[in-house]
Amino acid sequence: MKRTLLTGNGAAAWGARLARVEYVPAFPITPQTEIIETLSKWIDNGEMDCRMVTLESEHSMMTAAGAAAVAGVRVFTATSSQGLLYALEMLYTVAGWRVPFVLVNVSRGLSAPITLEPDHNDILAARDSGFLQIHCSTCQEVLDSTLIAYRLAEHERVRLPVIVNMDGFYLSFTREPVEIMDTEAAGRFIGSYDPENIQFRASMPISQAVAVIGGSPYSYFRYETHLAAMNGLGVYDEIAEEFTRTFGRSYEAVEAYRTEDAEFVFFMIGSFATKARDAVDRLREAGWAVGLLRPRLLRPFPEDHIRRALAGKRGVAVIDQNISMGKGGVLYMELASALCGQGKTAPVLVSFIGGLGGRDINLEEFYEIASVTRKAADEGRVPPPRLLYTAEELKEVRKLQAIAQVERRELGGR
Amino acid sequence: MPDTKFHRKKDLPSTHLLGTGTPMCAGCGGLEAVHEIYDILGEKTVFVNAAGCMTLLSVYPFTPFRGSWLYTSMASAAAGAQGVRDALDILLAKGRITPEEDLQVVVLAGDGSTYGMGLSAASSAIERGLDFIYICYDNEGYGNTGQQSSDATPHGARTATSRGSRGFPGYKKDLFSIWTAHKPAYAATAVGAEPLDLARKIEKAGDLKGPRLILTLAPCPTGWDYNPRESVEIGKLAVKTGLWPLKEYIDGKVVHTHIPTQRLPVEEYLKRQGRFAHLFAPERNEAILSELQAMVDTYWEEVSTGLESGGKGSCKEGSK
Repeated sequence: MKRTLLTGNGAAAWGARLARVEYVPAFPITPQTEIIETLSKWIDNGEMDCRMVTLESEHSMMTAAGAAAVAGVRVFTATSSQGLLYALEMLYTVAGWRVPFVLVNVSRGLSAPITLEPDHNDILAARDSGFLQIHCSTCQEVLDSTLIAYRLAEHERVRLPVIVNMDGFYLSFTREPVEIMDTEAAGRFIGSYDPENIQFRASMPISQAVAVIGGSPYSYFRYETHLAAMNGLGVYDEIAEEFTRTFGRSYEAVEAYRTEDAEFVFFMIGSFATKARDAVDRLREAGWAVGLLRPRLLRPFPEDHIRRALAGKRGVAVIDQNISMGKGGVLYMELASALCGQGKTAPVLVSFIGGLGGRDINLEEFYEIASVTRKAADEGRVPPPRLLYTAEELKEVRKLQAIAQVERRELGGR
Repeated sequence: MPDTKFHRKKDLPSTHLLGTGTPMCAGCGGLEAVHEIYDILGEKTVFVNAAGCMTLLSVYPFTPFRGSWLYTSMASAAAGAQGVRDALDILLAKGRITPEEDLQVVVLAGDGSTYGMGLSAASSAIERGLDFIYICYDNEGYGNTGQQSSDATPHGARTATSRGSRGFPGYKKDLFSIWTAHKPAYAATAVGAEPLDLARKIEKAGDLKGPRLILTLAPCPTGWDYNPRESVEIGKLAVKTGLWPLKEYIDGKVVHTHIPTQRLPVEEYLKRQGRFAHLFAPERNEAILSELQAMVDTYWEEVSTGLESGGKGSCKEGSK
């Protein structure tokens, strides 16, 4: 099979192209911009029959995306980080409109301090918005997930927008060999867009997104959205299976790598999971029974898959590339709630926070994570969340602080 | 005015399209304008709404509109209009809908959104030449939350956030000039109390393509503190005192559609409203009253000499 070197951004653009999207409201932000530039180039060259409009903000971009979807066309858009948060009001809003479109988010740490490099606080801020979330760890997965996302979003039992997430830099700017499927085959898989009952036509007036008075109708529509999201679990499995039958690549809701006979499991999302995979192989060579569990689907949260995969394990190391100030890792909380009430079969859960703002998690750290987790299981005592940081890093930051002090003094400050 | 079918009041539509029984306040000047506008724009419209009083027009499962409606957010109605317009254009181009199914895309927003957080989205939509009509019902404050001062609040008015003896210290933002600086297809000020003038402007706007603004002053009994039965009169006084100039921008020129030759003193308008009562009692605030009169005098002086903001202004005798 012919494969092409593509960045994660390039793969996302190909996903949108193969999904035959008709409308792309856009706004540039690093590290996402390459996606909209690529689409723009194809549109200008006539390679894509699509309309792109650059709005003046992500908030407007998300509004236009939702509004075009309610008017009955297939929509794609992309953003990152500050942009996702700037649009956050509209994420909740358009999810409530029940519009099926796809947003690619290229994860990047949030300000302050301002940075360009990735972690997952941006995407997790959108966790409760009603958008479903698919998290990718390779460029191929980005392309394939974009197609799967359209099927999921547009499914009659779901009808919700979907975010496909990838890490900035590590995936967005990294070239990997990617198989770009045949346009016709992708077209058959994706089908044509059926707006169902949401559209604007002179002959069929409709009021969309109207106000409600009182908690009762409000709750009804909110519950309905939740139940639709939950339907996404079964629907995702069906679509992923069809994708495997059609294109040969398998994307289960939760990727389990060497977990079957594992005693200890790394639990994480995104591209850094490929580092964990490497660590699993090396630890296996050293005689450790270790595996990796990586939810691809984060909303809806595939609890059953996760419970099954972790039943009987001794310990789980949850590695969060995010931080909920005053509490800890978000994934850790998600997993703990999923395993709560599982009784004696539930493994010990140990929390690790790392990879913030693009900080690497190296092999030695994975070994240490495994060792701490084993110790916790042996002793039956869960240590407090570990914030991954090395003495060397601390020394480097102290140097920066010293420079800052000197500079300030030279300028006459105190 | 040969190019209009609205020569006298009896030419105005006798069939009224907007349903009754909405939760708007009695005497709402904004709803008055929307009634008149809707009668002329007709059912083949989709109203894209920004958060404000009018958001409560469509409350599940009721709507007074015979056409379509989409509520967006406070800041991004113009971006919503962009998405709807683009989608309709795509569907038309691909033959998925017939031209008869097409809709006029109309933003409906209050001054809180329009003069403030919605300005960025609107500015960018005008810059892109979006084919839409933007209707602002301007009641000069955040009315839906109890009339706090907004960027549209006039100098000296008492609001829920400026209750002092001098009222609101700021000055009303000149939205009309902000729009015309973008060189849109059309922009007009209007008021529901002058329905013939409003009808002609809607007629004109409806026949044009591109970004079009209808900025209507919306006398607000609850926010401005007067008896609801006086809404029409207060709207008329805003025009007669020269405080609310009726004008339009078309083909790069600002034209006043009505020149109040015998302008009434602004006091005639101010003293009718509780929001300005502190300017009259316990004692007259001559400083603010004369400042407000001077602002209006200067405006009309500049109009008569062709110097008013927006430049290139020209005057045209009104119908009265």
